[in-house]
Amino acid sequence: MIKQRPLWGLLAEFASPDELLAAARRVRGAGYHRIDACVPFPVEGLTEALGFRRTWLPLLVLAGALFGAAGAYFMQWYAMGIWYPLNVGGRPLNSWPLFIPITFELAVLVGGLTAALGMLALNQLPMPYHPLFNVPRFARATQDRFFLAVDSRDPRFDRAATAELLRSVGAAEVSEVAR
Amino acid sequence: MSTPSAPPPVLAAPHTYTSITDKIAGIVLTRGARRGWLLGFAIGLALFTLLGVAVTALLYVGIGIWGVNIPVAWGFAIANFVWWIGIGHAGTLISAILLLLRQEWRQSINRFAEAMTIFAVMCAGIFPLLHLGRPQFFYWLTPYPNTMSLWPQFRSPLVWDVFAVSTYFTISLLFWYVGLIPDLATLRDRSQSRIGRVVYGVFALGWRGSARHWQRYEVAYLLLAGLATPLVVSVHTVVSFDFAVAQLPGWHSTIFPPYFVAGAIFSGFAMVLTLAIPLRAAYGLHDLITERHLQNMAKILLVTGLIVAYGYFIEAFMAWYSGNPFERYVLWNRLTGPYRYGFWGMLLFNVALPQLLWLQRVRRSAVALFVIAVCVNIGMWLERFVIVVESLHRDFLPSSWGMYYPTFWDWATLFGSFGIFLTFFFLFIRFIPMISIAEMRMLLEEERGEAAA
Repeated sequence: MIKQRPLWGLLAEFASPDELLAAARRVRGAGYHRIDACVPFPVEGLTEALGFRRTWLPLLVLAGALFGAAGAYFMQWYAMGIWYPLNVGGRPLNSWPLFIPITFELAVLVGGLTAALGMLALNQLPMPYHPLFNVPRFARATQDRFFLAVDSRDPRFDRAATAELLRSVGAAEVSEVAR
Repeated sequence: MSTPSAPPPVLAAPHTYTSITDKIAGIVLTRGARRGWLLGFAIGLALFTLLGVAVTALLYVGIGIWGVNIPVAWGFAIANFVWWIGIGHAGTLISAILLLLRQEWRQSINRFAEAMTIFAVMCAGIFPLLHLGRPQFFYWLTPYPNTMSLWPQFRSPLVWDVFAVSTYFTISLLFWYVGLIPDLATLRDRSQSRIGRVVYGVFALGWRGSARHWQRYEVAYLLLAGLATPLVVSVHTVVSFDFAVAQLPGWHSTIFPPYFVAGAIFSGFAMVLTLAIPLRAAYGLHDLITERHLQNMAKILLVTGLIVAYGYFIEAFMAWYSGNPFERYVLWNRLTGPYRYGFWGMLLFNVALPQLLWLQRVRRSAVALFVIAVCVNIGMWLERFVIVVESLHRDFLPSSWGMYYPTFWDWATLFGSFGIFLTFFFLFIRFIPMISIAEMRMLLEEERGEAAA
């Protein structure tokens, strides 16, 4: 009966970050690409072991901050210089030093919003359902256990052989993940 | 006793990932509401009610129920605003600047310091709004398309303040929430009740600790810290411009921005100590908030206190050195005028008393630190009162001098604002882990790595 259910992949459990790191290197060395780890805190070296590329979030944040700054300066210049010019003792209408504080604040505001919302968007969060949550032991991924997940869409994926590989790299427990 | 050169460890007890998760999450999930919490929450709610009455009276009768009038149009409301917003600054300093400086001891205290920031900025925000007199028109301060075809005066520090404070609140809230997501997922996975799983689950956004997610998460968190660091400096600088850009003797001074920022951090750290010491005793967190945390905070208190003392000195020096009779009179009025007790109290609490922190015995005693921190809080409030009221009540022309006497409603609004702070703070410690569990696991891993090396 269980074998009839569509399979999302396999989930291997490890007791320590070091075991997970070693296992991730070996599973990746065996040619698997669609692998991910689920850990209760960011483990140093894990992204390299899994072969993730660098994120382009910093560039997004830079673009957001520059957009905020440019928009804020334009708004002030336009409002004070074009829309409603107010002659204060002949001082220049484009009084740029006085426009700096708001320009800065909006750069930070838009940059910060981009950082937080961009992180969520790139991570495809919020995601209320994920097949991994079907495994009861997975609750400890946010507490004290370290998991390695292999997606069944990986070309090398084979139900029995992959499970055997995961056991051989030191997994304390290997579970099948229903879709 | 160990040698004085070796600082005590950041974590005092031998913890594992499991035990640290159990301990911090247990405070929320299994401990429940105890009598002490209920009492504190009740006090908070009572003060909140007082604020509700005070604000209702204010809106019904008008701003005249406060003691403000010409010449002192800025009374308690503005002093309270500056005081509360200053308190918030230590939270951002701990969470952002100390993160960038890789001060690992920050990790036990950053969560509740950030919560303190958010609640303090909420308290601060109500005062300028109420002080508008017609708070229903607060949105006139924001640029929006309107039938009057008018814009806010972008050259005014008061408008800068609107942008600075609202940005500060938004970024603080984002930073706090992003930091919370992994812990909310922990609570979702540990909660025994359905409602707990649903509520924490909704706010955890489906976080599953994926390494790919952590990678972007860490970048986002670091970038938020990098953005918050100059932001926190800018906020109190802009607040000080509210005063320094004016021509009034006692306000028109170039020392104001750095002196305000230092004062903000000084009062904020005092507030962190005021909150951390009772919390650590009530929840038995001595192994997570250790003597080292208290000592480090005491040292920051001492240093920022000295910067503030330097600010006081330069203010007085410039009043004398400028040769300006109005500036000199403001100084003389502070020393001997009708509000002299405020000024001397400020010097006692902010300059004299913190010098005790030079002694290691004092830095090691939680009780002594608590007393000093509370006194610094009072002293910093007095400083804002001195700045706001003393310059206004006697300016250039003796014929326009006047006095400011706070009324019952002034006091009710001040103490009522503690109601907002306490109510939200008690809700926070009841329903949200007050120490970041994910960061404590990281700290544990680092200490393990150091021990192995």
